Amino acid sequence: MFESLFSGESRLFDEFRRMERQMDEMLGRWPWPAGIRSAARGAYPPINVGATADGVDIYLFAAGLDPKAVEISVQQNLLTVSGSRQIPAKEGVDYYRQERYSGEFRRVITLPDDVDPDRVDARYRDGVLQITVKRRETAKPRRIEVK
Amino acid sequence: MTEKQEVASAKTGEVRPADGQPETALYPPVDIYEDADGIHVQADMPGVSRDRLTVQVDRDTLLIEGEAKIQMPEGMNALYADVRSTRYRRSFTLSSELRFEAIEANLKDGVLSVRIPKREEAKPRRIEVKTQ
Repeated sequence: MFESLFSGESRLFDEFRRMERQMDEMLGRWPWPAGIRSAARGAYPPINVGATADGVDIYLFAAGLDPKAVEISVQQNLLTVSGSRQIPAKEGVDYYRQERYSGEFRRVITLPDDVDPDRVDARYRDGVLQITVKRRETAKPRRIEVK
Repeated sequence: MTEKQEVASAKTGEVRPADGQPETALYPPVDIYEDADGIHVQADMPGVSRDRLTVQVDRDTLLIEGEAKIQMPEGMNALYADVRSTRYRRSFTLSSELRFEAIEANLKDGVLSVRIPKREEAKPRRIEVKTQ
């Protein structure tokens, strides 16, 4: 389905699907080691992490966020994103459902060792916070000329 | 496959066949509340822009659908993924005292707000209790 809609961008999602299959296979071999700082499934906000030769991109799916209420820090290869999304309950109404997350959040992501903590860039668009951390120049794969 | 649910009742996930491949749509979390004027639905649909959002009423079913699009550099490999689909889909059955034709929808920073007004005669009236 993604293939047909965004052919240029399908690769990442193919990759997710492949990972999902792999995880399903791994489920048969429980327990497998989880990242020591990883959060339980269902933690808010959901994140996706993708890597390129230039850097690592972290996507936080956090709709209705005030970008000023988000703090991003990188220490060596640990990225911490914390903040709050407050949804004040309306007075004098009847609630049927309250499924949307309201409150504080914090997620810690272990990045590859070769990232440069000084080159971090963050954008917020349509409810997705995208954080790009570049790799150190020396760590980039280089093509060696054969003379 | 269509799936319906009453406003304020239980929910289930949905799997839709697409191109012969089972495709799981994301179930956007919602807040639903009612005041004197009508029912308000708020849904978290991060990554969805206005042109990729559909809010429609078919008979008595309100259908919310959206396609998330995120900017990805060329040649990216996934390291980790909580979100494994880009399609959001959820539907609710409306009741007859609601004015389907007057539904308003608004999208801001991935939060969809839908307002479904009530018919005038369905608005709550205060009943005077008379004393003799």
